Amino acid sequence: MGKTLSEKIWDAHVVREGSAPGEPDLLYIDLHLVHEVTSPQAFDGLRQAGRPVRRPDLTLATEDHNTPTLNIDQPIADPVSRTQVDTLRRNAEEFGVRLHSLGDLDQGVVHIIGPQLGVTQPGMTVVCGDSHTSTHGAFGAIAFGIGTSEVEHVLATQTLPQARPKTMAVNVRGALPEGVTAKDLVLALITKVGTGGGQGHIVEYRGEAIENLSMEGRMTICNMSIEWGAKAGMIAPDQTTFDYLEGRPHAPQGDDWDAAVAYWKTLRTDDDATFDVEVDLDAAALTPFVTWGTNPGQGVELGGVVPDPASFADATEQTAARNALAYMGIEAGQRMADITVDTVFLGSCTNGRIEDLRAAAKIIEGRKVAESVRMLVVPGSARVRLQAEAEGLDKVFLAAGAEWRAAGCSMCLGMNPDQLAPGERSASTSNRNFEGRQGKGGRTHLVSPPVAAATAVTGHLTAPADLA
Amino acid sequence: MQPFSTHTGVAVPLRRSNVDTDQIIPAVYLKRVTRTGFEDGLFAAWRNDPEFVLNQPAYSKGSILVAGPDFGTGSSREHAVWALQNYGFAVVIGSRFGDIFAGNSGKAGLVIAKVDQDVVEQLWQAIEADPGVELTVDLNERLITGAGLSVPFAIDDYTRWRLLEGLDDIGLTLRHEADIDAFEANRPAYLPKTLPARTAS
Repeated sequence: MGKTLSEKIWDAHVVREGSAPGEPDLLYIDLHLVHEVTSPQAFDGLRQAGRPVRRPDLTLATEDHNTPTLNIDQPIADPVSRTQVDTLRRNAEEFGVRLHSLGDLDQGVVHIIGPQLGVTQPGMTVVCGDSHTSTHGAFGAIAFGIGTSEVEHVLATQTLPQARPKTMAVNVRGALPEGVTAKDLVLALITKVGTGGGQGHIVEYRGEAIENLSMEGRMTICNMSIEWGAKAGMIAPDQTTFDYLEGRPHAPQGDDWDAAVAYWKTLRTDDDATFDVEVDLDAAALTPFVTWGTNPGQGVELGGVVPDPASFADATEQTAARNALAYMGIEAGQRMADITVDTVFLGSCTNGRIEDLRAAAKIIEGRKVAESVRMLVVPGSARVRLQAEAEGLDKVFLAAGAEWRAAGCSMCLGMNPDQLAPGERSASTSNRNFEGRQGKGGRTHLVSPPVAAATAVTGHLTAPADLA
Repeated sequence: MQPFSTHTGVAVPLRRSNVDTDQIIPAVYLKRVTRTGFEDGLFAAWRNDPEFVLNQPAYSKGSILVAGPDFGTGSSREHAVWALQNYGFAVVIGSRFGDIFAGNSGKAGLVIAKVDQDVVEQLWQAIEADPGVELTVDLNERLITGAGLSVPFAIDDYTRWRLLEGLDDIGLTLRHEADIDAFEANRPAYLPKTLPARTAS
């Protein structure tokens, strides 16, 4: 019987099959990405055990979660954040790990810089102490987030014991309508399947709407795989993937390129392979989609209304919906488009790539950010920022009254000074609307970059098509 | 890691679904570079609420958390596991867990005991009928007893064995170093290396 894409890649990375009952496979890791928050205790563990990093040449570190997006030429003001970043710098030096520090041209959100440098390639296994590692699955890689104990394990052994996940296909039929983005698609999917819908599965996104997406759009979809609980999300590599990679600093060259492409072309689910679960979604029926609640599965069409908690089937979901409405300060039946925001955040590993900035700039060009709104534009990497500046996008945002910042995770998780104050409400292109995610007491509506831009102009949740 | 066989302690009912790792410990508490001291950040947003379950005297010494569905979804932060352990929790019982959280728990020695949601409801009712009641979680027998109940729980064989033995995963893997060497020797040449560093011109 044939194999699915994920089974092919998994099988190609098994160092040793589990022999004892329930013993997991030992999986080889091709690329380990590291950042300052989830690595200090792992490096400490190595030091205590007297172990080296086994493969510094398969390891890449950057600073992104804590780093400020203003005054980046000065020392980090928060002493605790500074200690964490300094700790990474010392560890990288001591263990010989390549690090892109704040101010470096290749610094940025870890999931933006991997693809940008060309170190993320089809058929690989990629891990990082960050749940949005699923982003790299867009290249046809098995990529997943790990905890700090596992970070230490990979640093020491370049492997991870992993139980083989089940397989799932998300079949997206039809084409996305004009003005509907990858973000809308994945938000609609998560609302359909729930935050736990993917638990224990590697998901392959397939179908016409997926094949027609750019690499940026594919990364947005795979990025949010974790938001519905999937172990990993992936998309089979194709010409779009190869074109994106060719010529990148760490892409194969010459004969290596030909050998790699020949292999990458085999990375497709066989026609006679079966998935444990299949989910179908109709792209043509989608419209701009946003969240109303406090998890990414609490979403609705922007043209719709806040749902009534009583409309949910299960008592737990009803309670969750009531808690979410109380936290969000909105009421059942309220039109989503009537919800006003005071903050718009454009950025993150979900939507901080050049295409996202272009899409938002196109909407905001010649318009003004509403006086009641502050809009933060945070490029996903230093190079995305440079590219945007070369295209004049910074001037578009600044002329509209938005703030143009340096690269990092920023307000996606509020570890640096970019936070919501209690009661503030954002339209955010990031990935999580959890309580307090963007700052204690802050309220988050997840949106696509075009909706973020249109919302910044009107001050309430707005689809670009509804702008005057 | 300390071997785990049986734990008896006060059970705490957490009647919420989708308690993501940002709720378990918000990002602003993740800046420490140690594995200890994270108890301050545990459920930080709720700790000022006198009604919150851990603020009720009967539950303040709790060590077994009985959680709602989809506990530990979201971020990969192992700090969520450390915060629970630093506070004093040894076991979390629930029906569904975020995959990464469950994996991190197994590595760090926090026992994740899976039961059906109707069992969670029974446990919640039994605990709330007798606040401060102790449960016993027996990993050998995969059994939860106390509060008039006796219910089996699920945990995968391998994680159970490692927890019972208190084994270090890295040490276990390094027993197979020859297999890793052999695998590495056969990796294709076109696979990328991060060193020497290349950058865009």
